[in-house]
Amino acid sequence: MTHYDAIIIGAGMSGLGAGIRLAMYDKKVVVLERHYVWGGLNSFYQFKGHQFDVGLHAMTNYAPRGAKGLPLTRLLKQLRIRWDELDLHQQGHSAVSWPGEKLKFSNDFELLRSEVARAFPQQADGFDAVTRAVRDYNELDLNAPTLNAREIVESHITDPVLVDMLFCPLMYYGSARENDMDWDQFVVMFKSIFFEGFARPQAGVRHILKLLIDRYRKAGGELRMKAGVARIITDGQHATGVELDNGETLTADTVLSSAGLVETTRLVGATLGSPASELSPVGDASITPTGKLSFTETINVLDKPARELGIEETIIFFNNTERFNYAQPGDLCDTSSGVICMPGNFDLPEQPKDHLVRITNIANFDKWNALNRSAGILPAPDAGVSPASAVDVTSTPGAAETAALRDYRAAKQHWYTRSSEDVLGHIPDFRPHTTLVDMFTPRTIRHYTGHEGGAVYGSPIKKRTGESGIEGLYIIGTDQGFLGIIGAMLSGISMANRWVLQRDNATVEA
Amino acid sequence: MTDEQIKQAIVGIINDINPDEDTSNINSAERLRDQLDLDSMDFLDIVMELRKRYGVHVPDTDYEHLASLDSCVAYLRDKMAGKELVS
Repeated sequence: MTHYDAIIIGAGMSGLGAGIRLAMYDKKVVVLERHYVWGGLNSFYQFKGHQFDVGLHAMTNYAPRGAKGLPLTRLLKQLRIRWDELDLHQQGHSAVSWPGEKLKFSNDFELLRSEVARAFPQQADGFDAVTRAVRDYNELDLNAPTLNAREIVESHITDPVLVDMLFCPLMYYGSARENDMDWDQFVVMFKSIFFEGFARPQAGVRHILKLLIDRYRKAGGELRMKAGVARIITDGQHATGVELDNGETLTADTVLSSAGLVETTRLVGATLGSPASELSPVGDASITPTGKLSFTETINVLDKPARELGIEETIIFFNNTERFNYAQPGDLCDTSSGVICMPGNFDLPEQPKDHLVRITNIANFDKWNALNRSAGILPAPDAGVSPASAVDVTSTPGAAETAALRDYRAAKQHWYTRSSEDVLGHIPDFRPHTTLVDMFTPRTIRHYTGHEGGAVYGSPIKKRTGESGIEGLYIIGTDQGFLGIIGAMLSGISMANRWVLQRDNATVEA
Repeated sequence: MTDEQIKQAIVGIINDINPDEDTSNINSAERLRDQLDLDSMDFLDIVMELRKRYGVHVPDTDYEHLASLDSCVAYLRDKMAGKELVS
């Protein structure tokens, strides 16, 4: 039996970040990944010869080289990565788009500020007050009380349309709560999106993952793919190791889990027989520990760059209704709001090979999960949908609705069509230029991330200090609560520092 | 190790932590934090690197002695005695 200083569950951004830190300081560490591909929520795949990213539209938290005291810089130092190596290229500009109103923003915060003053002159002072409150708040204080962001924002900004427009990008890129955010999460997202901004490597998420994997292996870390964890072994008080799906047992002093809070507790519960005991949520009893927010995404390959169709923005956060509703829909999807991403509109040195438009909508996991699978068809990414131009327009909506209720593949086709129509108030009609489409659903997300309910941003309950209730077992990643790709990596890093390296330094013989 | 080498050892570690930082003009009497982009996570790394490279242990309670290059020298002189500078 192999004994490790630390076992890390999941080869996503947080697991790899933690792994690099521990391997760097000569800890015997293994990262266990259930799948054959790394990245977790931010991964990649091939589809009909095309290279697609999952999750990543943009990296938030952009910082120029040498910028001081920002999350990106902190990350680079901790992982010993030079700024150049990330190959970051900034967005042009993005927008929050509402019926009849549009706010542009870029990596220069002044653009958003002037847009708010132009479109909502009465709210300019209130917006500045929110900005100051965000700037003055120390989101790194892990022991700060939980406050509701909406209450704070609405105390400064009285126009609900502007409140909704500001919340929309922050929620879509990181909120596990419906229609509100914890204030500290709001601050993290506001800083990472509006103050710092968007960038991406030419080669997308692959590039970042390759950097991490190389760094981890070079430092001496062990990575095991297709090594799912069946349960976490404890002696009642302390975590002592894990048992893999294949029955193999590994022991360790410390287990860091990026599987998610509910999922990790379940892995322990398999041993304790009381999966719910650790989960009684503190505070708001209306919050259930399993996240409700999942998404569909369609990836459209176009026959020309989006810019040539007149789409200037890098990312558009849109909404078509009077009030923005960030909540689990009663139907399979809610296509009345969403995110439209044009990866080719980053300021890239070369135009990407594929001209993509990606559209994300909120979706209901349970509804997708209840659909029948067509024989032999797995969830996406291996089951594509047809471009809108190929949809049979003679079929009546009623028939399509009925079919969509039964069949996973038909549902994808149906909601792809709806989703494509509902963005047309915000971008020109791209549909005639679509040559290939793929779509993934909450079911795909659960399949590849293991997150219950396909909950992209995990549980609304975050464990900021990483403590799970079991000694030696700590939560990293989404449910620890640092958000975005940079946040996820910093989550793994800071938990590895706190629970392994610092502790180790404290107990060493002087 | 001479006092100058101790300073070089610390600056060498800082250069490895942040290769994008200019360390050529550090005032050794002034706090490192005030001159460079260093936070508490970076001080943990200085401590970890001292242990890895020189076998020197700095307990949590002694972090304050690493505030400036001069205070590093005063604190590490005995601990680093007889050790070779790692480049």
